[in-house]
Amino acid sequence: MSQRKQDMEKGAEINRRGFLARAAAATLTLAPGVTLSLYGSEASAQVTSANRWGLLIDVNKCRSDCNSCVSACSAENGWKDTGNPETDPQWIRKVDLKDLATGREVSLPVMCQHCETPPCVDVCPTGASFKRADGIVLVDKHICIGCRYCMMACPYKARSFVHEEVPEEDKNVNAPRGKGTVESCTLCVHRVDRGDMPACAIACGETGNGAILFGDLMDPDSEISIQLATYQSSALRDDLRLNPGVRYQNI
Amino acid sequence: MERIAYSELRSTPQLWGLLVLLGAFIGAAGAAVLYIEHYGHIVTGMNNQVVWGIPHVFAIFLIVAASGALNVSSIGSVFGKQAYKPTARLSGLLAMALLMGGLVVLVLDLGRPDRLIISMTTYNFKSIFAWNMLLYTGFLAIVAAYLYAQMARGVPSFALKSVGLGAFLWRLALTTGTGSIFGWLVARPGYDAAIMAPMFIAMSFSFGLAMFMLVMIGTCTMTRRVYSVELRTRQARLLGLFVAVVLFFAGIQHLSNLYVAEHAAYERFILLEGGIYTALFWGGQVFLGGLVPLALLFHPKLDRKKSLVIIAALLVLFGGLVQLYIILIGGQVFPMEIFPGYAASSSFYDGTIASYRPTILEFMLGFGGIAVTLAITTLGMKFLRILPVNLSDANVDPSGLE
Repeated sequence: MSQRKQDMEKGAEINRRGFLARAAAATLTLAPGVTLSLYGSEASAQVTSANRWGLLIDVNKCRSDCNSCVSACSAENGWKDTGNPETDPQWIRKVDLKDLATGREVSLPVMCQHCETPPCVDVCPTGASFKRADGIVLVDKHICIGCRYCMMACPYKARSFVHEEVPEEDKNVNAPRGKGTVESCTLCVHRVDRGDMPACAIACGETGNGAILFGDLMDPDSEISIQLATYQSSALRDDLRLNPGVRYQNI
Repeated sequence: MERIAYSELRSTPQLWGLLVLLGAFIGAAGAAVLYIEHYGHIVTGMNNQVVWGIPHVFAIFLIVAASGALNVSSIGSVFGKQAYKPTARLSGLLAMALLMGGLVVLVLDLGRPDRLIISMTTYNFKSIFAWNMLLYTGFLAIVAAYLYAQMARGVPSFALKSVGLGAFLWRLALTTGTGSIFGWLVARPGYDAAIMAPMFIAMSFSFGLAMFMLVMIGTCTMTRRVYSVELRTRQARLLGLFVAVVLFFAGIQHLSNLYVAEHAAYERFILLEGGIYTALFWGGQVFLGGLVPLALLFHPKLDRKKSLVIIAALLVLFGGLVQLYIILIGGQVFPMEIFPGYAASSSFYDGTIASYRPTILEFMLGFGGIAVTLAITTLGMKFLRILPVNLSDANVDPSGLE
């Protein structure tokens, strides 16, 4: 196991302990064994602007024939390929790139970039698109009216519209999904809130590629901050000055 | 010169026949909505690449035309052209009806139309969409007040002029808001242009007046009322001017995009290599929707041939729908450039021109919106004194025709 992964898991373990203490306050016991927790809401954890969660993706370590981050996200959050590529949701996708000048080919995952100034949040008429204090951009499924203006506004094509009924067997407590609303990567907020890492980062680590590094951009001692401070990285559509929480190395 | 008199439309088989026909279109739209809501948007042609489709083309067309239809009223009471005053009431009624028709389509295409109340109670004031909801409801209120001021007895002229001026300014704001839905989208190369707002205002002048003239000609023919040829010709020439202004804005929109290297690929797509979109641009928007109506509306024998006006107005509406189709759909099928300098490909259609095949359901919803507009207008004329009975050349104030 790499040193970085050990560090991350150690951090996650500490946070997990903290989470358990907080969870008692945010989880309502309805009946023995049945609890209602507040998905993604700031009450479910101590969400403050003292943290900003982000990802650093090292494109050199990402293999074009590997799709494990996508599969992990799909399994974790319950969205699926139903054989209708035009309408199926994709919270995360692998994009293959070829440099038009040099012919160099790379492959990388693209998901919600969790912008500091997200255009989806700006344009949402009801405020269903929102950004948490810790930088995670989410959709409140209770007030999303399905207008899709956020999909028009997102420069990363990161959002999907649920075009048909979500089958009962695909319904997943990790991520509420509903026909007629818009959805996207939640940065596995349900895992982050309990001190865990997003499913894509874990899956990528398990393949041995370790291309996706998750961490706190506000913590100068976190691995992600150290990497960003040490090596060159870039943001997609940097010209738009959206300051995304997802960064890339070696594109 | 007689004083202009107004009356309700009489109950005739033709009138009821028209309402039954419109009712059938509205019923079909309702059925389409229930079907889409039951199965989800999977049954439409819209997808994750083209998220706004034919319903939005119709909805935005009607909303843009709504503010333009009010112009006849504004020319009469704000700009003091007396000749336009007899048709001011219809102008106000049609403006409200067009807006309602457009909003019905927009709202019924939502993924969750059952949550409409949320859009009226939960606002994000940074969203131009949220502003538009206030602009739309405000427009209905101010135009209703304007219509009342025109029709009620004893309303002082300064009050009429004030509410007319308010409505005129409000309509400018409304169309600016509609254009800005696209103008303020920085993500896509086909949008992100400040010219969208003034271009949409020009489009509203053109589509609204064309719609107004068709309703006026159609109703007067059906009810055997006179529509002054002199006034009709004057309004048709004004429509010609608006068509020219829309062409001018479209030209500037594309020329300024061509000047910016990063938008060159998008312009190449629309103007040269876009297949159906290129054909629609040159054939539909520029030729049939622009140059042909322009030639017809400035035809020297326009006053003698009502058919020229009808054909020209129909072509303006067709060109308007085509123009909005190119802006909306063309702007979405063209891929966003997330990785400049790279050829991108993915299972999510990165780097490729997306496809959109609208289904009949979307057209049913769109035509339903037009039917709602025409039904409201017809019922308004049926129960209110909207349309003049004696709008002959002799009764049109010549001062307003200058």
